[in-house]
Amino acid sequence: MQQLIDTIAAIATPNGSGGVAVIRISGADAIPCAEQFFQPVRGKRPSQMDGYTCSYGYLLNQKQEILDDVVLTVFRNPHSYTGEDVVEISCHGGRFLSQKILRTVLTYPDVRLAEAGEFTKRAFLNGKLSLTQAEAVADLISASGENAVRYARTLRDGATFRKISEFSQIILEILSDLAVWADYPDEDIPGVDATTLGAKMQQLLSDMRQLMSSYDYGKILREGLHTVIAGKPNVGKSTLFNVLSGCERSIVTDIAGTTRDVVEEQIRLGDVILRLSDTAGVHNTADKVEQIGVERSLSSLEQADLVLAVFDMSTPLSKEDKLLLERLPEDKTIIVYNKSDKSNPDFHQNVFFHFSPVETVEISARNQDNIPELQNAVERFAVRHATPAEDGMIANERQRICLENALCAVQEALDALSMGLAFDAVTVSLDAAADALLQLTGERVTDKVVDTVFARFCVGK
Amino acid sequence: MNQEYEMGNFDVIIVGAGHAGVEAGLASARLGCKTLLMTISLDQIANMPCNPSIGGTAKGHLVREIDALGGEMGRAADACFLQSRMLNRGKGPAVHSLRVQADRVKYHSHMKHICEQQENLFIKQGEAAQILVEDNHITGIVTKLGAVYHAKAVVIATGTYLKGKIHIGQVSFESGPDSALPANALSESLRQYLPLRRFKTGTPCRVHKRSIDFDILEKQDGDSQIVPFSFENQNQEMRNQVSCYISYTNLKTHEVIKANLHRSPLYSGNIEGVGPRYCPSIEDKVVRFADKERHQLFIEPMGLSTDEYYLQGMSSSLPEDVQLAFLKTIKGLEHVEILRPAYAIEYDCVDPTALKPTLETKAVSGLFGAGQFNGSSGYEEAAAQGLVAGINAALSVQGKEQLILERSGSYIGTLIDDLVCKGCSDPYRMMTSRSEYRLVLRQDNADFRMMPIGHKLGLISDAKYQKMLDKYALVETEIDRLKHSNLAPTSELNQFLENSGTAPLSTGCKIADLIRRPQLGYNVLAPFDSERPELSDEIREQVEIQIKYEGYINRQYDMIQKAQNLEQKKLPQNFDYHEIHGLRLEAIEKLNKHQPVSIGQASRISGVSPADVSVLLIWLTQNK
Repeated sequence: MQQLIDTIAAIATPNGSGGVAVIRISGADAIPCAEQFFQPVRGKRPSQMDGYTCSYGYLLNQKQEILDDVVLTVFRNPHSYTGEDVVEISCHGGRFLSQKILRTVLTYPDVRLAEAGEFTKRAFLNGKLSLTQAEAVADLISASGENAVRYARTLRDGATFRKISEFSQIILEILSDLAVWADYPDEDIPGVDATTLGAKMQQLLSDMRQLMSSYDYGKILREGLHTVIAGKPNVGKSTLFNVLSGCERSIVTDIAGTTRDVVEEQIRLGDVILRLSDTAGVHNTADKVEQIGVERSLSSLEQADLVLAVFDMSTPLSKEDKLLLERLPEDKTIIVYNKSDKSNPDFHQNVFFHFSPVETVEISARNQDNIPELQNAVERFAVRHATPAEDGMIANERQRICLENALCAVQEALDALSMGLAFDAVTVSLDAAADALLQLTGERVTDKVVDTVFARFCVGK
Repeated sequence: MNQEYEMGNFDVIIVGAGHAGVEAGLASARLGCKTLLMTISLDQIANMPCNPSIGGTAKGHLVREIDALGGEMGRAADACFLQSRMLNRGKGPAVHSLRVQADRVKYHSHMKHICEQQENLFIKQGEAAQILVEDNHITGIVTKLGAVYHAKAVVIATGTYLKGKIHIGQVSFESGPDSALPANALSESLRQYLPLRRFKTGTPCRVHKRSIDFDILEKQDGDSQIVPFSFENQNQEMRNQVSCYISYTNLKTHEVIKANLHRSPLYSGNIEGVGPRYCPSIEDKVVRFADKERHQLFIEPMGLSTDEYYLQGMSSSLPEDVQLAFLKTIKGLEHVEILRPAYAIEYDCVDPTALKPTLETKAVSGLFGAGQFNGSSGYEEAAAQGLVAGINAALSVQGKEQLILERSGSYIGTLIDDLVCKGCSDPYRMMTSRSEYRLVLRQDNADFRMMPIGHKLGLISDAKYQKMLDKYALVETEIDRLKHSNLAPTSELNQFLENSGTAPLSTGCKIADLIRRPQLGYNVLAPFDSERPELSDEIREQVEIQIKYEGYINRQYDMIQKAQNLEQKKLPQNFDYHEIHGLRLEAIEKLNKHQPVSIGQASRISGVSPADVSVLLIWLTQNK
């Protein structure tokens, strides 16, 4: 049976708050993809399942953390709706969870979000529909194309779209700077220097993150979780900060000690935006002025949405630790035991028995041990506080995916730059960023860059 | 017209012997076709009527690809260069570009002689005045004198000769470039079958060496280590023979220009042709970028046997007296003596969307277009298309499958795809930013990308092909070795790493991983790599690029793979898209006009949406 180019996935159940949601994956990679993210409780793995059979188990994200318990159904080609290999994941309803599962699935290489009507289109292409039905499908797709165009027009009036257009304009300008620099080396025009370029991209990145944070989440998620990392001095707060703000890169050189000097108040952790507040270390002091500072940081705990309270396992608990513990708000505190790799026998956890935090996680920030578990705990906390928005979900989702792809690509460009790679590598990532944003208007990067070059620069013999 | 007379039968006729025509003629003859190369003047074969230079950004890529596909330009440039520079060193391998100053007269006579010596190739001086078409198929040409030549395929490579018209100030006259004769009659004949339009380009004046004050000018020398264009000349000893010089316009220059704008044909509306955006005349620059206080110009020698110098950057169509006046305001040119004035030239060319990606016209089978006739600009762009048109003309005569170069495989493919899919609103110049695959389509691996195609066609000899394979086998082996050999964290190595500004090792490390570090490279690690074999410069360069850029290169290969899936889904030709249910009206019109060869090509036509592409896919499957 013919398998089409790539594998597609989408939420197959209608938008709304049903009890169960179904995520459908169709294509050659449907089963391998399910294999990666599904952990059966007992019974077979997807690759061993026959067609028309189900299995109960856990859906894991890329970091092997459990997102939900689900029922997974396998259809083997040609005996499926689309005629391809199909996997359907039935998860607990609710937009946030099903979105999360869909996004996880979409991280699998060559799996992409399905276009409107695309499952049906594939069904037709694989001979599962009659000719008359096929004509209807063409109408449907054509109509959905028109809808998309119409919707794009509506979006164009929106503030978000204007913002995205601004971003693509900025990227195009950077690209045209780089294009002139590459294509007109002998011209009398200002060169491109890494510092200015880096600053521009940094600004762009933080604006994009800002916009990103406004997408289809409830208030807390939209504005970010006001998060305080608390702990005595040298407990590893800044290491933890760095670990949390590090994001996955697809292209990195393996350079020991390559640090990004991105120090931002807003960081993104999975689907959650954290607004990190720095606090003065909590410690006992006789100094009046210092006491005020400590008092202030303790009171900031009360205003936080979330507190990450860090304790050092390599030394016995100190007075400062106990002081902090007394002031922690239980219902919004995650206890983080750091330096688990060097845990000291005199570090007595029983002090904590009287304290019931939201969660407790043991990590080694330095070795990055168990960081996914911490991220997961934070995300679980965020999910409970999220109230999903209602409207414009799918089209917004497309915008969001474009923006997210662009964001990652800009981050990648910035990484390439800070690692000292040549600018041609930087332009490749920026191309990808512009490409992602221009998808919303159907324009082509190469054309736009050339146009921008000639509009902005006086070059040529 | 004179009485017509028969002058024989050919397989392929090339009209025009500029950079496109010469490549077309040589390729066709080398593929075994009896080929006629018709030129309006034997003294204009492979002439450089503008810049005496070959290569440059992205154009250097084209020359390398031409060479690896079996074309002549790279070898000729190596034989006739005066100064060579690899541009953009230090800006990353994707944008390295080779550019040479070439001896204009020598280049012409070199190419002419190559053509004269080519078996199967017959050069004739004459002006093609008419094409002969029967049942939408080309059958030959008729010259101005009445000579009838029959052929199964014809390549039009008329450059700026086709209805050429020169403008200098308010004066205009019919002319080809460098005062050659224009080709006036052919235009009317072509217009019966093809949508022609008018483009414009220009060239600066040539000045006398003795009138330039070189002592006060900034000098620009060639590279100390010269890299040749041609694969054949790798590792050959080569040296620079001349220097170029740099100067700048100033506010006084701009004043003179602004005060005389009313005498420019551009501003008085005498020129109807569309000029290239990337190659503006000096008056254009001064008007459009009014806040710029100076514009740069290069002073370049035209050859060893002449004292003519070319003023790159000073193209103009202002009157001769104004040209002289503004040049005299420029440092180093205070006493300048003009040998030939600058001029603008208008010419007829075809809307390239009337062509297939093979460069055959959609309207007349066997009729091909190449070079400036197709709306491009530049010798290298012309040569690239000439090569492809010549190859396809020959293949069509021989009844063989046509060559279509994909945009994911070469700059030549990108150039042709851009022209035939999107058309062009001004003369098209190649730029690295036009390719979305530029980390894969590098000038250093043009041999690897193009030679297999050239070899399969029969334009690259077995020996040369084998040599290329051997080279890349060595590259492969060395990369493999570097990925599997460890370097121990010795104190010498760690000392070296720290001195290079990168972190020392605590455990052993693959050599390849060290090469990836931006501060390091292949060559600098030699002292620590005791098992390293003796390898040539090109091989070491390949190894380093492929290791350093592996992540990016692999990603581009993935993109290419996906793109090719759509390129391979072929669409019917001469098809009425009204027959497909579900397409939007705009898409139907565009598809009917463009007649794309594949879904991939269709998807790049503006006005064809992803939904339309879906409908096409459905229809294609339905009608399999």
